[in-house]
Amino acid sequence: MVKNISFTIKYWKQNGPKEQGHFDTHEMKNIPEDTSFLEMLDILNEELIEAGQEPFVFDHDCREGICGMCSLYINGTPHGKTERGATTCQLYMRRFNEGDVITVEPWRSAGFPVIKDCMVDRSAFDKIIQAGGYTSIRTGQAQDANAILIPKGNADEAMDCATCIGCGACVAACKNGSAMLFVSSKVSQLALLPQGRPEAAKRAKAMVAKMDELGFGNCTNTRACEAVCPKSESIANIARLNREFIKAKLAD
Amino acid sequence: MWLINSSIGRKLVMSITGVALILFMTFHCCMNVAAIFSGKAYNTICELLGANWYAVVATIGLAALAVCHIVYAFILTAQNRSARGSERYAVTAKPEKVEWASQNMLVLGLIVVLGIGLHLFNFWYKMMFAELAGMQTALAPSDGFGLIKATFSNPVYVVLYIIWLVAIWFHLSHGFWSAMQTLGINGKVWFNRWKAIGIVYVTVLMLAFVAVVLAFYFGLAPSLCAAA
Repeated sequence: MVKNISFTIKYWKQNGPKEQGHFDTHEMKNIPEDTSFLEMLDILNEELIEAGQEPFVFDHDCREGICGMCSLYINGTPHGKTERGATTCQLYMRRFNEGDVITVEPWRSAGFPVIKDCMVDRSAFDKIIQAGGYTSIRTGQAQDANAILIPKGNADEAMDCATCIGCGACVAACKNGSAMLFVSSKVSQLALLPQGRPEAAKRAKAMVAKMDELGFGNCTNTRACEAVCPKSESIANIARLNREFIKAKLAD
Repeated sequence: MWLINSSIGRKLVMSITGVALILFMTFHCCMNVAAIFSGKAYNTICELLGANWYAVVATIGLAALAVCHIVYAFILTAQNRSARGSERYAVTAKPEKVEWASQNMLVLGLIVVLGIGLHLFNFWYKMMFAELAGMQTALAPSDGFGLIKATFSNPVYVVLYIIWLVAIWFHLSHGFWSAMQTLGINGKVWFNRWKAIGIVYVTVLMLAFVAVVLAFYFGLAPSLCAAA
């Protein structure tokens, strides 16, 4: 038997990046516990529309934890307290209790201006990737699998870094609004592989320069990012980025 | 200049000056411990580090390191505050693995600076400065041992110094491994090693400082018995 719960939802309303925002509240009645958080918000919007009110705006896309679009700060934690490392879309109402007040806020960071309500502009991350998060070598035909030898450990670690979906939870959790966990994961996924090495120095410099230019803060190693990352990215990546960047600068 | 313009460069300056200050404290600590065992030995060190040119040059260098560390701390904090945006979260839940010290480095640093002010007034002003300025002082500028005895006979100073040392402990409990992380000499394996090395090192260092304060307050230092 699925239990139903009733609770109060307190959600952030804001009309644009420069507008003053505020919280609205709504009573949610008899929501089945196996409803996902985003489905619950769909129900909220149905009710708001029926009552002639403006629906609540939030980002979402795949709803299966791989696209990195959903981005809600729930009860003080980016993506809420999910069962394991997961994004907002994989948070279920069974994680909440009858009578709770659930506070939903947008990612708050100068690098992510609010577009509307809890939808924020994360194109800054795309700009950082455009600055150097790629390899520009001609790949040509697919090579024989044994043509470039890559130790299994490196391949696994590069894959772990590549699982970063760029949701921005790291920036949202950081008291310094720093994007270092994202940038370091994206630098690491290529720095760990031989195909990424030829441009490693250039990449580290270009991506850090873009990150600084876009107004993200300076990392102070609080580890808040690592604690909330839905893909369990490690701050070992940040150490690697520091190493790559310092090495590149010293070689100039 | 990347040490000013880039975020990692600025943090590199913080970590290098920080590590240098930890090394200075190690040196200072070795010196202090001598005072527990022999007043004469301690005063020999004081004489060696009085108004001699090398000691004055080293003091200026040390002051430059400290000023650099503090100025950068304010610049970094100001930038980080603006990077966070103008709006603050209504609800925040601190993740368990986020240490309190790591989020309060500036506040801890300010307490440390206040302590340094007091400490410079208690000792440096009455020793190196007095000698350089040719001031008349109650105790001879090179009688560091007498100065320690006089200062730590006052319980107010004992309490203030212990608060100061505890603040330094918290500051370094994060600062030590954080410096290694910024320098890039960290990783999944070394993370726990640096943390353990840092905590042990800093704890031993601070206990040695506290030991001197308490040994003089309670009159337990062998050097005091020898003098009496």
